[in-house]
Amino acid sequence: MKRKNGRVVFGIVIVVAALVYFGVAGFEEGKAYYKTIEELTDLGDRAYDKRLRVGGTVVEGSISKAGTGLTFQLEQNDLKLTVVYTGTSPVPDTFKDGAEALCDGTYQVDGTFKATAIQAKCASKYEAEYGTAAAEN
Amino acid sequence: MANFGNLSLTLAFVFAIYSILALSIGLKTRRRELVKSGQRAVYAYFVFVTCAVFSLLYLLATSNFRIEYVASVSNQAMPFYYKLAALWGGQEGSLLFWTWIIVIYAAVVVFRNRHRRTDLVPAALAVMSLTVLFFLFLNRFSESPFKELAMAHAGGGDPTPFTPADGQGLNPLLQHPVMVIHPPILYLGYVGMVVPFAFAMAALITRELGNAWITLIRRWTLVAWGFLGLGILLGGKWAYMELGWGGYWAWDPVENASLMPWLTATAFLHSVIVQEKKNMLKVWNVVLIIATYLLVIFGTFLTRSGVVSSVHAFAESSIGPFFVGYITIVGAACVMLVFSRLQYLRSDNELDSIVSRESSFLFNNLVFLGACFAVLWGTVFPVLSEAIQGEKITVGAPFFNKINIPVGLFLLFLTGVGPLLAWRKTSLRSLRKNFLWPLAAGAVVAVALFAAGVRGFYALVALYLCVFVTLTIVLEYYRGIRTRMRAHGELAHEALFRLVSKGKRRYGGYIVHFGIVLIFLGFTGNAFNKETQGEVKEGETLSIGSYELRCERIFEGEKGTYTYLAADLSVTKNGKPLGTLTPEKRYYSASEQPTTEVALRSTLVEDLYTVFAGMTDDRQRAVIQLYLNPLVAWVWIGTLVLVFGTIVAILPDAHEASIQRKKKQLERLLRSTEKM
Repeated sequence: MKRKNGRVVFGIVIVVAALVYFGVAGFEEGKAYYKTIEELTDLGDRAYDKRLRVGGTVVEGSISKAGTGLTFQLEQNDLKLTVVYTGTSPVPDTFKDGAEALCDGTYQVDGTFKATAIQAKCASKYEAEYGTAAAEN
Repeated sequence: MANFGNLSLTLAFVFAIYSILALSIGLKTRRRELVKSGQRAVYAYFVFVTCAVFSLLYLLATSNFRIEYVASVSNQAMPFYYKLAALWGGQEGSLLFWTWIIVIYAAVVVFRNRHRRTDLVPAALAVMSLTVLFFLFLNRFSESPFKELAMAHAGGGDPTPFTPADGQGLNPLLQHPVMVIHPPILYLGYVGMVVPFAFAMAALITRELGNAWITLIRRWTLVAWGFLGLGILLGGKWAYMELGWGGYWAWDPVENASLMPWLTATAFLHSVIVQEKKNMLKVWNVVLIIATYLLVIFGTFLTRSGVVSSVHAFAESSIGPFFVGYITIVGAACVMLVFSRLQYLRSDNELDSIVSRESSFLFNNLVFLGACFAVLWGTVFPVLSEAIQGEKITVGAPFFNKINIPVGLFLLFLTGVGPLLAWRKTSLRSLRKNFLWPLAAGAVVAVALFAAGVRGFYALVALYLCVFVTLTIVLEYYRGIRTRMRAHGELAHEALFRLVSKGKRRYGGYIVHFGIVLIFLGFTGNAFNKETQGEVKEGETLSIGSYELRCERIFEGEKGTYTYLAADLSVTKNGKPLGTLTPEKRYYSASEQPTTEVALRSTLVEDLYTVFAGMTDDRQRAVIQLYLNPLVAWVWIGTLVLVFGTIVAILPDAHEASIQRKKKQLERLLRSTEKM
């Protein structure tokens, strides 16, 4: 196009380049691999240097306090994983026995998962409750 | 009542189909009576959806637990207003609520434009009715809130109706006053974006691509935009008060879903000005509003389909495929429509200089869109990466912050610069006149803060820009007032009042900008957050910053639907007593759900935020989490300023009103002569 648009185009290129740069840098900083517990054990040595996210159901009665953090077990497809939570924030209110939890952190050589952040969602108990009622009838 | 509700929905569904057919056939064959009848059908489906909403409200108010929805979101013990608010407390009810708001908007569009003679309105209504039809389909056939509970028998046979003694109750996290108003306000904003979209489509369909559609929707867009922004910030306030992790924004997919259309809508609000003044960016504007609409639908889908994991507890449901189908079809239709009308969308002008109002709008749009794309990318990346690479990769807060902090600061910079640049080209002299002082003052403040020990590159840049932008706004007001005082001999306050009322959009816009500055000031506080955790017995103390908190008492009790554990913490700052904070942990027995009640001491400088995290295993000590969050209050104050500025910008102009009046008189005259 004309020369006077040159600067505008140049400006656009700069802005887009900056966006891409920040995007890529942020991506490297923030990415975490979402793995199932099964995949986690299959990963072998490659599992230890990555930021990971695992999900599962909190095993009934497995939550116990350890120092300032806590440990609990996650269950997914009959596989269990011991999680040690070391984050600074209190765990969310929805985190309790039977809840679905997502843990961000790293896999340790001893086979436990060190979580720095936990998200939790209430298990949808609704169907389960009426389901049992139905079975009794 | 449930049958009545279902019947109402069916009738509304039929009328929505009728209105689409009548409006489009009427427009095509130019039969005005048919068009009119199609518009009346809008009133009809408005009435029927309203009936459905009221029957659901009635079922909720009377705690009719035979209805599955009522049983899942309400219970006997809940206060009456939460019973009603449960209308939007769950999947089915909130979808019905969505539909209700869009039909209200549609009815208002019919009413407000009843005397206007343009094809734009009926065409826009046809587009709105299409959206209504889609949601009514979900309400009636997929996600019915009127479904009755039935119990299947273990041995087969017909399920028998079943009424539980009590309901599950509204999710306790949602039992918070802000949660009562946040969803309706957010929805008003979200759904409101359908109106400008419908008019843009109408403009494309009828080929009336001048500025008429832009003028018609100016207020609509502002209203929807204002509600959306307020809704998002109220959501932040709720998270801050109720989730107990010390922050108000976590880049959760559902939060992102509401932010994305806000970003494109903000870009749209700015770029329509360029179209109005310079007849440029026509294609761009249409694309922006289409993007906003699709993001609204996409956000609704994201929130409800369980595609991405989110703190928001909407159940995974089967509505995903419907949404994907709808978005694909509508998106494809929009693209085809835009391409087929490209020859009508040519720009009448081009950019002259990089230092001009036009180009500042261009960069504003570019960056808003970039931010939106980044948020979209981060939100759907887990799904995309799984589909493409077979490996699910999530991106957390670091990604969003890395890109959006610089983007936000650049936008803040443009907020100060853009409005003062001249159209076409700005001279060096005017640059100096407008920016020298604000830039210098900002620099002085930044240097002073640095000397006082404030560190952090982004934080200093942010504070520098806050000062800079505020001063450019103040200077604009000052110059305007001074000119009026000289020209008309007015007193300062008179001049201010007249200045704003003669240019509501411009000066209201400045107020909005100032609100944004304050919100950014609040965001900047995040750079200096502190937190600590401790276990205390009665009589022991904790400290954070210059605060000291002494645990006076740990106690438990029962109240209504929950039991609680709490601690009285007496607060002193540098030895000066500041009263008692009582953070609390509640346990709702109906849903077996604990909630955190934060105790907060908020000042303009900082928030002392305390959380009762629980008891130690030996039940002797309370685990207390403390956060010191500087400047957070400015986020909420900025929100109020933003809303005030939006209201100023929306207010009708006296001048415009008199034109409208004359127009109406003329039209009436015309009609009466036609009859003769």
